Amino acid sequence: MSDFPFLLVMIALPAVAAAVVAAVPRGRDLLAKQISLGVSLGVLVLAVLATVAFDTGGDRFQLTTSVSWIAEFGVRFALGVDGIALVMLLLIGVLVPLVIVASWDDLAPGDEGSVPGGRSVRAYFAWLLLLEAMMVGVFAATDIFLFYVFFEAMLVPMYFLIGSFGGPRRQYAAVKFFLYSLVGGLIMLAAVIGLYVVSNSQLGEGTFAFDALRQLDITPGVQKLLFLGFFVAFAIKAPLVPFHTWLPDSGSEAPIGSAVLLVGVLDKVGTFGFLRYCLPLFPEASRYFAPYVLVLAVAGILYAALLAMGQSDMKRLVAYTSISHFGFIALGIFAFTTEAGTGAVLYMVNHGIATGLLFLVVGMLIARGGSRQIGDYGGVGARAPLLSGAFLLAGLASLAMPGTNSFVSEFLVLIGSFPTRPVFTILATVGIILAALYILLMYQRTMHGPPRGPLMVEPDDEPVAAGGGATAVATAPARASLRALDLSRRELAVVTPLVALIIGLGVYPQPLLSLIEPAVAATMSDVGADTGSGGTDR
Amino acid sequence: MDISPAQGLITASWLLIALPLAGAAVLLVGGRRTDRWGHLLGTATVVLSFVLGLLCTVQLAGLDEGGRSVGVDLFTFISAGNLDVHAGLLFDPLSAAFVLLITGVGSLIHVYSIGYMAHDPGRRRFFAYLNLFVAAMLLLVLGSNFVMLYVGWEGVGLASYLLIAFWFTRPAAATAAKKAFIMNRVGDVGLALAIFLMFAQLGTVTYEGVFGSIGTLAGGTITAIGLLLLLGACGKSGQFPLQAWLPDAMEGPTPVSALIHAATMVTAGVYLIARSAPIYDQTETARFVVMAVGGVTLLIGAIAGCAHDDIKKVLAYSTVSQIGYMFLAVGLGPVGYVAGLAHLFAHGFFKAGLFLGAGSVMHAMNDSVDMRRFGGLWNKMPVTFGTFALGYLALIGLIPFSGYWTKDAIIEATFDRGDVWGWLLGGAAVLGAGLTAFYMTRLMLMTFFGRSRWEDGVHPHESPKVMTVPMIVLAVGSVAAGFLLVEAFPLSDWMTPVFGEPSEGEHVIAPLTFGLAITVVALLGVALAWLFVGRREVPVTAPARVSPVTRAARHALYADAVNESLFMRPGQWLTRALVFFDNRGVDGAVNGMAAALGGSSSRLGRVQTGFVRTYALGMLGGAVLVAGALLAVTTG
Repeated sequence: MSDFPFLLVMIALPAVAAAVVAAVPRGRDLLAKQISLGVSLGVLVLAVLATVAFDTGGDRFQLTTSVSWIAEFGVRFALGVDGIALVMLLLIGVLVPLVIVASWDDLAPGDEGSVPGGRSVRAYFAWLLLLEAMMVGVFAATDIFLFYVFFEAMLVPMYFLIGSFGGPRRQYAAVKFFLYSLVGGLIMLAAVIGLYVVSNSQLGEGTFAFDALRQLDITPGVQKLLFLGFFVAFAIKAPLVPFHTWLPDSGSEAPIGSAVLLVGVLDKVGTFGFLRYCLPLFPEASRYFAPYVLVLAVAGILYAALLAMGQSDMKRLVAYTSISHFGFIALGIFAFTTEAGTGAVLYMVNHGIATGLLFLVVGMLIARGGSRQIGDYGGVGARAPLLSGAFLLAGLASLAMPGTNSFVSEFLVLIGSFPTRPVFTILATVGIILAALYILLMYQRTMHGPPRGPLMVEPDDEPVAAGGGATAVATAPARASLRALDLSRRELAVVTPLVALIIGLGVYPQPLLSLIEPAVAATMSDVGADTGSGGTDR
Repeated sequence: MDISPAQGLITASWLLIALPLAGAAVLLVGGRRTDRWGHLLGTATVVLSFVLGLLCTVQLAGLDEGGRSVGVDLFTFISAGNLDVHAGLLFDPLSAAFVLLITGVGSLIHVYSIGYMAHDPGRRRFFAYLNLFVAAMLLLVLGSNFVMLYVGWEGVGLASYLLIAFWFTRPAAATAAKKAFIMNRVGDVGLALAIFLMFAQLGTVTYEGVFGSIGTLAGGTITAIGLLLLLGACGKSGQFPLQAWLPDAMEGPTPVSALIHAATMVTAGVYLIARSAPIYDQTETARFVVMAVGGVTLLIGAIAGCAHDDIKKVLAYSTVSQIGYMFLAVGLGPVGYVAGLAHLFAHGFFKAGLFLGAGSVMHAMNDSVDMRRFGGLWNKMPVTFGTFALGYLALIGLIPFSGYWTKDAIIEATFDRGDVWGWLLGGAAVLGAGLTAFYMTRLMLMTFFGRSRWEDGVHPHESPKVMTVPMIVLAVGSVAAGFLLVEAFPLSDWMTPVFGEPSEGEHVIAPLTFGLAITVVALLGVALAWLFVGRREVPVTAPARVSPVTRAARHALYADAVNESLFMRPGQWLTRALVFFDNRGVDGAVNGMAAALGGSSSRLGRVQTGFVRTYALGMLGGAVLVAGALLAVTTG
């Protein structure tokens, strides 16, 4: 079974389907949705089968496919996954179908044509599928040039998802997102070419193959330059403070489904890049820059958490919490221990699930109330117990409550970082108090207290809250009656799998950990870290 | 510490936790469908847990003393690198005693709640949360390593949050719940850092591993671990400086106050320190700080208890104060562990009983908690009065009630230190005993005696049997627990496998003189309360012109004011300043740069036209760059 080209199919299937969905005749929106859902479920099945075929004790990269692409420059269409990439593919596989179901009724047919270039149901789902293909590609690429191509190409569908389907300031947000990413990408491109140059002089012929580049012996000075090239691109993508200001705008203006994929998966390319490219390719530079990166990471944890507390817009708040969480991931990666690195990768998956749920539930709330402002809600819990329960659980996962998946990853990051970086870890640990604050403040203000706000007035005289614009979502349903306030069946179908994953992975994370750990241990030995952190030997 | 593998019934001890957890899951997932029988299921799971716990304890008692640390390994929880955390349980005399307390008192309070919450539309949800609490608390005491303890530790914090905020449409309840959670989290950071430090230094987080090799560490490291654990203990147990959340937690339904915020969860800090005895045995400094925290807190709680008019708040401050006694005891080291635990168990009975009594009174008074509007209730609700009075006698420690045996042992052991700190803290404890007698007598007089000052429309009545029977059982416990635990079946014998042989030290003061002196102090407190409260008419509103001491006591020595001015308000300013800075400073700088590069800032906004050009330009530029560079490299 492992001969089956899983990765190729996982890219090609949604890419082709995107074209098909775009070509569905006008008026057959339901068909477009059904195709999208079916294909995304197919990708999920493939991801699961790929995991079954993956041998945790085997080669570092498995399920490989490699064909020559641009022979002149040694560029190959080379795919393969290690445990780290594989769990990200699983995350993509899980999130995309849920996002599709969650976005099912986001776009009313009347929207079509109201905005130049889009807002058609078919376009929305076609972009989503294309995005899925690009996301799979970026994690599965083992040729750096191919990685770069996916890295940049990923921007296009996301640009259109934000710019055409987002909230009132979508254009500003989309351009900002695009410019930031483009700048980062171009800097990385320079570094990619630099690597090619080095490989050309050392090996006699230039190559972009990750495995070959890993063997290069690069002088420290050049390493530092190339490291910075990659690092800046990834730090913008992740994003780390101070490269972060695009995320709150994009995260809040993007339609909820795209926001989930943006924060849940796309941004992880940054932290994935640290692990896959920065550490193994530039070990000395990584060690040299580690303290500086850690300063950014820990500053980001605290800074973004404080900012999250100060937000009045729920989507911006969630975006800031993510920046804070990315700080934890970066801490785990640059602490250079197997425990912390394993925790960081698990964090990447868990954050996608937990923040994904949080974004989705916030979106469901916004869809009902027509406003993104926390102040427009109050006492929702009394009328919508399922909604508030899902909100609370997502929040608890976000603040790393034991029993939820995020606890395991955050705990691993912190306990693994402590032996090598005690001071940074202690500062980061303060972040768990701030996390409780920003989550519970938002929860209390929206769900607790006496029912109030536009959502709670009788449906007949309900004023449509202005300026919320809650994405395309706001237009659709749920204006009807207070009885419709709680989660619908469709929404439950979105929430339930995520809740199950949050609790399931919180109680029994070991299957994912056994996938991740060998790859992280290999990476840490690449960077020359003392993999045996902790323990009596020190 | 040698842990032997479990045999027989103890292998099934995971069911202790699984039963109430399953109860919670069924009630939460089942939703309204379970409304009709949810409370019965919730009660049944805890009662079953109690029965199972009892059987396991009997089996444990049948083992050799050396073999009474029984381990149950369930599955690998987290394994990465050198970290290997198992979901494992440790059933030993210490955890067994806690299991019986939690499930025993828990069962009674579940039964009581059937009546107390009978008319609440959210009763099923209430039982779900209570079950969740019991499961988390059992995990806390049964876990075989510090990570399992931590999971239970935060789990009880969550259950406490949910239950304080049970009536979440009340802003006060919602705020109190959040406050409790946050202050607990501050403590949790301490516990987490202690675990990190253990792993970094010893490479393990199991009790067996840590206690076995703790002696190899430097003294300073051990002290650091001890102090960090103490921070965690202070958060959970409402000890100075993290005591301010506990009185606010009384916003929850009264059975919650009885079970969680009196009998079990808030004593978790004492459990943590007693469990970590092998660590504290190695560090005189940390022990001393534990003791000092206990001494300070017992006075803070007792002073604040004297000035409040809310019956539940008085009992809450009393809890703060009594846990202070327990901390004082376990801070004494080997001579104090058992004394502290004995007081913990006795307190579990009488304080739970007092809270249930308070709930019964509230039930009769249309949910009022203002003692100034009570009075003369003794003949209206005789069972409540009788059981409450027994709890009262136990708390103020009159011979032969529980408190006499357990509290006096602590005070005696404190004096027995023999040094100046022993006298100082012992003195504080004696003073605290006097204050306890004062505030509890004041409470009794204002509630049950004197003229009735009820509000219009209040018709006091005795509570139904489903509520009074648990109160009676707890009252019997209040009377007997102290004597049983100290004299009849000494807890020190049962705990020998955990803490070693009880040592009979030199007494600084002869026991008889000592017991007499304490009794006199307590009676003095009673007499003063009679003079100030019982003899006079109680005004229905609290007098505004009072001495600075009373004012300070009413504000619980300004703990909230300190927290607000030191942390909350500066935090809010900082947050606001940072939001401004991030929007204007960081983002502004980047936007400005982008605008400068793009030529005009308006281009940023004009997407539909501007974007395509920018994008095309970018792609083209990139492609040219790539092609050029590659050509140069390959051909050059």
